[in-house]
Amino acid sequence: MVFLADWTLFLQAFGVTVMVSIAALALALALGVVFGVMSTSHFAVPRSIARAYVEAIQNTPLVLQAYVFYLALPYIGVMMGQISVGIFAVGIYHGAYIAEVVRAGIQSIPRGQAEAAASQGFTYVQTMRWVILPQTVKIILPPLVNQMVNLIKNTSVIALIGGTDLMNRTNDWATSGASIYGPPFLVCGVLYFLLCFPLSTWGRRYEERLKRKDSRAGQELKKIEEELS
Amino acid sequence: MIRLSDIHKSFGSHEVLKGVNLDVKEGEKLVIIGPSGSGKSTTVRCMNGLETPTSGHVYIDNTELTRQNRISLVRSTSSMVFQQFNLYPHLTVMGNLTLAPIKLFGKSRKEAQELARHYLSVVGLEEKANAYPATLSGGQQQRVAIARALCSQTKIILFDEPTSALDPETVQEVLNVMVKLAGEKNITMVIVTHEMGFAREVADRVIFMEDGTILEEGTPEHFFVNPTHERTKQFLGKILH
Repeated sequence: MVFLADWTLFLQAFGVTVMVSIAALALALALGVVFGVMSTSHFAVPRSIARAYVEAIQNTPLVLQAYVFYLALPYIGVMMGQISVGIFAVGIYHGAYIAEVVRAGIQSIPRGQAEAAASQGFTYVQTMRWVILPQTVKIILPPLVNQMVNLIKNTSVIALIGGTDLMNRTNDWATSGASIYGPPFLVCGVLYFLLCFPLSTWGRRYEERLKRKDSRAGQELKKIEEELS
Repeated sequence: MIRLSDIHKSFGSHEVLKGVNLDVKEGEKLVIIGPSGSGKSTTVRCMNGLETPTSGHVYIDNTELTRQNRISLVRSTSSMVFQQFNLYPHLTVMGNLTLAPIKLFGKSRKEAQELARHYLSVVGLEEKANAYPATLSGGQQQRVAIARALCSQTKIILFDEPTSALDPETVQEVLNVMVKLAGEKNITMVIVTHEMGFAREVADRVIFMEDGTILEEGTPEHFFVNPTHERTKQFLGKILH
């Protein structure tokens, strides 16, 4: 069969998907923390900026955002390859969702923590860095893992702008004539599954363990999940 | 040391403080008592900027506390012990005690740990240095919180109902530590409490608050033996018997 002959291309495409996922995740986490922290600020300006980002991204399709990056931005002189577009579009998209996770996580930490830090003379950013965010990580890991899984799947948007990721390659094959649609799609599905399933299983186990061992953290997590859903 | 000048504070339409004037002298041990909802906590929380007065002025060491200087002024002059302890649960006792000295006061890890060990011995918990707060009893947590406040080495320590969340049998261990601290001449302590025996023992001055104002103030002798106001007598009568 053709896709056996093309095995290395297939692996390369898989590698692209993994690479884009990692890069986009790094970007999404950075954006998520910055905008999540901004959205809990006492000041209206950073809060409004964070709000605008989250709402704009969450209420428009990812495909449109990818098209804007790939097809519209060149008109103002910003040219990027398909892979870069994939990283930026997916990273910025999930950054908005992760910002919401981070915000909910920060707000689930009892107020007394920030007050204790304020009484010692920590600034807002220092309080976040040393007191609030380290406590938040433990609670927001499960919803964060959900976002990671979604992010991996959403890198397939690259296929729509012609990047050579796993989804695109699969499509090429499936339509090359020598093959039929089924097997390539099956292999493609299995590969995505191999990336996502261990991650989501780990996330679920972690969550169960957290709820069992730390009832306070468990309740905070439940609150966050209700708020995000 | 701390001066409150005509402090008003409202939460929404509810006026909690209705013009509080107060001068806390250097080294003074000031105890604030009064029924719940009288504005005691809000008053001490104005002293380190956890609450911003709706109107009025707060001075620390003759410097007005403002939004701009709050962090640096509070950092260098005061620390606080809370009703709910508010220890950092992700850090060990040692981590709780050394965080501010290392991050805020530029101490090396080693210096900060020595400092922490010293103050842990003051509160009698040297052996708990590596424990996490969640594994400690309420009384132990509050003693750690006092040690954490001491590690900032500030002249002022504010106590907001430090024993109100404790089991009755652990109240005394915390009070003992506070009595010991009260022996330090150069520490200014402002203590909101319902522990009248303790107040009588350590206070240089007692203030009775009612409905957002200071109704009566005086030495513990005056206060507990011969209060002026009917309302104060009534309150003390309820709490002492």
